[in-house]
Amino acid sequence: MNESTQAFREHPEFASLKIVEAITMTISQEENFMRKIENEEKIEPKDWMPEGYRKNLIRQMSQHAHSEVIGMQPEGNWITRAPSLRRKAVLLSKVQDEAGHGLYLYSATETLGISRAELIEALQTGEAKYASIFNYPTLTWGDVGAIGWLVDGAAICNQVSLQRTSYGPYSRGMIRICKEESFHQRQGYEALLALAKGSPEQKQMAQDSLDRFYWPALMMFGPHDSESAHSAKSMEWKIKRETNDDLRQKFIDQTVPQIEVLGLEHPDKEIKWNEERGHYDSGEIDWEEFYNVINGNGHCNRQRVEHHIDAHEEGTWVRDAITAYNVKKNAKKAQNAA
Amino acid sequence: MNTEKLELFEVFIRSKRGLDHKHVGSLHAEDHEQALEYARDCYTRRSEGVSIWVAKSNDICSSQEDDAESFYDPSDDKPYRHATYYVLPDPVNNM
Ligand SMILES: [Fe+2]
Ligand SMILES: [Fe+2]
Ligand SMILES: [Fe+2]
Repeated sequence: MNESTQAFREHPEFASLKIVEAITMTISQEENFMRKIENEEKIEPKDWMPEGYRKNLIRQMSQHAHSEVIGMQPEGNWITRAPSLRRKAVLLSKVQDEAGHGLYLYSATETLGISRAELIEALQTGEAKYASIFNYPTLTWGDVGAIGWLVDGAAICNQVSLQRTSYGPYSRGMIRICKEESFHQRQGYEALLALAKGSPEQKQMAQDSLDRFYWPALMMFGPHDSESAHSAKSMEWKIKRETNDDLRQKFIDQTVPQIEVLGLEHPDKEIKWNEERGHYDSGEIDWEEFYNVINGNGHCNRQRVEHHIDAHEEGTWVRDAITAYNVKKNAKKAQNAA
Repeated sequence: MNTEKLELFEVFIRSKRGLDHKHVGSLHAEDHEQALEYARDCYTRRSEGVSIWVAKSNDICSSQEDDAESFYDPSDDKPYRHATYYVLPDPVNNM
């Protein structure tokens, strides 16, 4: 029994006072937190924050980190088969950037008091999700172009908005990442443009990649706002700054002229400029496909996670060697000091 | 005061929530707690910061400017890491 419980036992009238004090403190902490949020001030790692805010951030940020890392697989698939040395060097650099993005985001997530090992574990057991777009296979070289242009393009829409997220480390990570993303989208578009302006077969390859990746790219923004489980609270806490549907609309609008310049056909036959809204109207997404892929039944779900586990296990000897080297080095230091 | 027995600390200050801590200078102190107080007195007399980090200078491992060539050289021949390397038609050049 500690001192205060002892005291409360002797003077029970003080116990309730202590509880009232504790409750008032929580309220004022919560108020203080919400005041910062309302004033557009960032929340920093050592600040008090509601448990829900922390949990929500860990979920979103780790999902983002996992997406960067798993996202290396579909593109990595083409590094050895890139059509020229230049394209190969570019793709290698791009994939290397994504590994870096994964690192920035894992480190930022760790400031919330969760370990890297726990995060990786959640990815490998399937408890944590990653962007379902990476469960689609890359069948042709055109897909590498389509991914850079559309998938990174959609990610940029989202990430530009997240630069204003309320959690400091996440916001700073997004600013750094956004600076690096423009190259990703441009190299993809350039590769697809080369195909679209090439032979009829090449042009067909570009069209086919656009057709297969357009809809999954739209799904990257998540379910409609009316269906989104985490959206309302995330918006209130300013973890998210724009809704799924608003971000998706932005992406739809910016993509139309890009498809025109490629001289390809738009995959959405219902796409139509709406003068009144100042936006394009578009056809409905196949939500059954979306939930199917999210729930593990996409083309590559199992393969992606298995590959991650294999790579992780194959790297065990490197981590073991680092530990052994450190033990040796420290022993030597201790010996020299003695 | 004999500063020889005191350790050197580097001071980093976050001027505003949301910004990175930035290196502002260094000072001598007997331990971390003192370093933090000295830093407050020395570097934030005009409310320059909302948060201070101090770290022993000896604990900071840094690359040397003389090594710069071999350290960064491999990046110089990779212009394709920059967005401006890709020439796109005007109507879509804003991506
Ligand atoms: Fe990304
Ligand atoms: Fe990325
Ligand atoms: Fe990217």
